[in-house]
Amino acid sequence: MKGRIDKTEFIQLLQDKMTIMVGGFLANGSPERLIDLVVESGIKDLTIICNDGGFPDRGVGKLIETRQVKRLIASHIGTNPTVGVLMQSNELEVELSPQGTLAERIHAGGAGLGGILTKTGLNTIVEEKKRVIIVEDIPYLLETPLKADLALIGGAVADKYGNLAYLQTMRNFNPIIALAADCVVAEAVQEVDEIDPEHVITPHPLVDYILAEEQ
Amino acid sequence: MDDKQIIAKRIAMELNDGDLVNLGIGIPTLVADYIEPGKTIVFHSENGVVGMGPYIDENTYIVNAGGNKASVLKGGAFIDSLMSFSMIRGGHISVTVLGALEVDIEGNVASWIVPGKRVPGMGGAMDLVEGAKKVIIAMTHTNKGQPKILTRCRLPLTAANQVDMIVTEMAVMSVEKDGLHLKEVHPNYSIEEVLKATEAPLIIDQVIPMKGIEL
Repeated sequence: MKGRIDKTEFIQLLQDKMTIMVGGFLANGSPERLIDLVVESGIKDLTIICNDGGFPDRGVGKLIETRQVKRLIASHIGTNPTVGVLMQSNELEVELSPQGTLAERIHAGGAGLGGILTKTGLNTIVEEKKRVIIVEDIPYLLETPLKADLALIGGAVADKYGNLAYLQTMRNFNPIIALAADCVVAEAVQEVDEIDPEHVITPHPLVDYILAEEQ
Repeated sequence: MDDKQIIAKRIAMELNDGDLVNLGIGIPTLVADYIEPGKTIVFHSENGVVGMGPYIDENTYIVNAGGNKASVLKGGAFIDSLMSFSMIRGGHISVTVLGALEVDIEGNVASWIVPGKRVPGMGGAMDLVEGAKKVIIAMTHTNKGQPKILTRCRLPLTAANQVDMIVTEMAVMSVEKDGLHLKEVHPNYSIEEVLKATEAPLIIDQVIPMKGIEL
């Protein structure tokens, strides 16, 4: 970990046209303070990779309300009506990826894999424009890796080294995106001195910054 | 019992002691209320819980796959999305129960998109239908009088050839190589009424009254 940063330092990391992965499942485990700062920064033309579209007032939905997102890669957008409206008016491009495929694509990006082979999506419209590869007589879809400039992590317990564990169901996509971005920023729900090495989920070298608690 | 409860109760009878089960949103969620005494069923929730428990009025960070407050039972575990979907895609889930818009005689299911009208996204449904050992569809027999059990699905598929069983308020059907078999009919309906409400041809060999119905 490089250290703790305050809101001004975090905003300095942000740029237009970034690809940003955001943790959370229907905003459970989403880094709400970091998302608010991305809203405050006003950066635009973003590509957001997140499990879902959140809600208009929670999770990545807040960035969609402000029209900062150009492209959303997600598995589910049904809880955020704004996503549907902006899709219809061609103001937002949405790529739907099955949830397990999305998790594996992010993992592939973070683990240096060239993609994944899965049966999920075969014989459906998810298969369109993708290669089918046969391994030992079984057909699989080739799904490509996902990477990002920035990963924003929520739901975390952080220690002084920058090790992370996660609280309850807020874990979801957070530890996966920690591997897949050039810069990883976590927002802690709880700060502790040390996390027992047996219980660290995301080791500190994967974390670049932790957003300091508000004064 | 209303239609939804009839469906949920009948499906609960299909679950075996020790099964690891994933319930979808809507009618499938009600299945948990009808587990027979003496059976231990472990519920898997794709957002990251093994051993999911019901809603409790406590302040926690635990949500279910619908984003609603839930709990974890003794012996349960919190997992990340990669582990969650590895369990799903790797064939570790005994049974998945989900709703559907259409099902057909080949066991194809459509549940995630009505092009031009509603595009909620597939979430984890494609992975679940593809990966679970047994797929049970829980749905009303018709939609405003229109059949949902078809010769061939018209909506984009969630997965092909994966459905094992369909339970509606009228009947229980199984998907077999030679087509859809009518197995059980609710005593309130005649076989003719079921056939009339079903677009697909049904193979009728031995039909018994729907199990679990108290007259």
